[in-house]
Amino acid sequence: MLRFFGPFIAPIVGLGFVLALTVAFFMPREAAQVTAQHEFHREPMELHLASDGPFGRFDRQQLQRGFQVYKEVCSACHSLSLVAFHDLEQIGFTKAEVKAIANQWATEQPSINPDTGEPATRKNLASDKFPSPYANETAARAANNNALPPDLSLITKSREGHAAYVHSLLIGYQDQPAELLKKFPDAKTPPSLHYNPYFANLNIAMPPPLAADGQVTYADGTNATRDQMAQDVAAFLTWTAEPKLENRHRAGIAVVLFLLVTTILAYLAYRNIWADKKH
Amino acid sequence: MSFPWAEHYAPKHPFMRWMDEKLPLPRLVYNAVGAGYPVPRNLNYFWNFGVLAGAALGIQILTGIILAMHYAANAGVAFDSVEHIMRDVNSGWLLRYAHANGASFFFIVVYLHIFRGLFYGSYKAPREMVWLLGVVIFLLMMATAFMGYVLPWGQMSFWGAQVITGFFSAIPVVGEPIRVWLLGGFAPDNAALNRFFSLHYLLPFVIAAVIVLHIWALHIPGSNNPTGVEVKGPQDTVPFHPYYTAKDGFGLGVFLLCFSLLLFFAPNALGHPDNYIPANPLSTPAHIVPEWYFWPFYAILRAFTVNFLWVPAKLWGVVAMFAAIALLFFLPWIDRSPVRSANYRPMYKWFFWVLVADVILLGFIGKSPAEEPYVRIGQFAAAYYFAHFLIILPIISRIERPLALPNSITESVLHGEAEEAAPLGQQA
Ligand code: HEC
Repeated sequence: MLRFFGPFIAPIVGLGFVLALTVAFFMPREAAQVTAQHEFHREPMELHLASDGPFGRFDRQQLQRGFQVYKEVCSACHSLSLVAFHDLEQIGFTKAEVKAIANQWATEQPSINPDTGEPATRKNLASDKFPSPYANETAARAANNNALPPDLSLITKSREGHAAYVHSLLIGYQDQPAELLKKFPDAKTPPSLHYNPYFANLNIAMPPPLAADGQVTYADGTNATRDQMAQDVAAFLTWTAEPKLENRHRAGIAVVLFLLVTTILAYLAYRNIWADKKH
Repeated sequence: MSFPWAEHYAPKHPFMRWMDEKLPLPRLVYNAVGAGYPVPRNLNYFWNFGVLAGAALGIQILTGIILAMHYAANAGVAFDSVEHIMRDVNSGWLLRYAHANGASFFFIVVYLHIFRGLFYGSYKAPREMVWLLGVVIFLLMMATAFMGYVLPWGQMSFWGAQVITGFFSAIPVVGEPIRVWLLGGFAPDNAALNRFFSLHYLLPFVIAAVIVLHIWALHIPGSNNPTGVEVKGPQDTVPFHPYYTAKDGFGLGVFLLCFSLLLFFAPNALGHPDNYIPANPLSTPAHIVPEWYFWPFYAILRAFTVNFLWVPAKLWGVVAMFAAIALLFFLPWIDRSPVRSANYRPMYKWFFWVLVADVILLGFIGKSPAEEPYVRIGQFAAAYYFAHFLIILPIISRIERPLALPNSITESVLHGEAEEAAPLGQQA
């Protein structure tokens, strides 16, 4: 049986697959549709953060500014459900500051009334995760023209382009180019959406959150241009997505150095053992 | 089973002698990967990848067992439990990144190991069984990796599971009931996640068991070598230990270095960003792509776009994808050339490299969206893949005139120079 496999059965089976594919190959197909996305979508602008590269460390001053932008702007719509208030100690806030931030947070934690068992809210504790600004998804959609503001904890890791994407998206709002409308008259941005060439389908439901320079007043005196705020919040969201980045870089350098030495020693041992053998 | 000149295990220490009488485990190790296993002296670095695959499995099992202590296989909390590992578990980020990238490295070394076997004809007699068991390991690895990718319950986890289990619905009549039975529901959900976790924990140990058989079967004829010429005498071999333990030690160092560079400095480079979005059955991602090591097979699946011979395109795709791997089982009988090493097969050598380029091209197509020109290129590349194994190989194994083989491994190593007669210390 196996004797016939090579010369006969295999080529017949092979021809079957090749024929099916040849027919598919020559099948005429509709010309690929050129869409507005194809032509007008833009890759994010370059963004350099202190945390980039194998030696990268977070710029804590910048993370604190970014947190301020999140707190004063984004937190009105976006949750940050994987981060707890006391995690802010990692970016340089003191215990007392964290306590105060939690205590004064605009949205309270869902809870129950201890006397009646009715749903209620209470002030945030340092150990709480950041509360969602909306009670549930339905409420979030109702407040946002049926769009859902995504949780921002992992946003820089869950988008192609990472922090650079967030930065570009925030300052990328513009009027729809006349050229686009001329070429794709059907692609006019609907009234409830906003044109943004960095967003995958060009029309995003989020209204421009950073509308003007000086929208926040930075505690450290940095000039709060739109670009500065966008960079700072992108840096902050890099930290929320990868809070262990510094540990990783530090461990990585130690491990690589250790392995370099060990591997060189292993190579010398190998050469030594084989010294008497041609191979 | 070994060569007659293999060194014999002779324990000196009284405890080891006692042990050898009661349970000759050290003897087994000595004969398997110690001085008792004679190996061709001319193996090149491509022979490191078997040991490296074993190391990769070890890393996966070790990190996986600890991850399982913190992971919760429940659709409601799986995603958050992975983030809990990343944020709150001591060195959890290291375990998880090592496990995720370890899977990629496992496939990298196994692909190199497989192509090594293809180039040097390691699948041919008398090593057919070694090869068959290898293909079984490869299939088990793919199943394990697929189920592992579902566990974080991100968008790609969910939609990947949806697509892959959807293959079964291509089978006429019974396909859909089988799919529902396998998933425990109409779509991937808690039942599927739980059974995937159970099997994901089980299969690596099955892989380990098949690896034992793979090595056992290998030790009967002994290792192949770059000339493909069988071992003729003691001068052709060296004991595995210390010669190849030393060489594998160096190989392992290089492997761990590459692994560490990825793991510590670009741990998400091979992953898909969408898997950091929690699974959402109501929102289909723009492009559903599997992990990189499935791309070539995914491209073959999607290349079949027309119904042909009364068989629907979808069924063609699924059958072809499985056939693309299954045909490897028949390779020892498809390629009838008695010469093993491609170094002495002028035609095969050429086609081998075309196949390598073709598989890389298929990988690129599998990653790309299903649009032109990618679909057409994919159809061409997939057709070539089948043509290579099922049509070209049988033909060239008949018409090819192999080059003259060296008389022995030693001859090929020494190129006519004198055998190293001089004892150590007297050499120049
Ligand atoms: C008025 C409410 C609102 C505010 C304030 C707001 N957003 Fe949004 N955001 C949304 C909505 C709604 C969406 C969903 C958009 C869509 O899917 O079209 C969104 C989406 C996003 C996205 C995801 C885009 C994508 O690729 O899917 C990012 C990133 C983002 N917002 C960042 C921010 C940041 C950073 C801030 C603070 C500077 C902020 N947003 C402030 C409502 C808001």
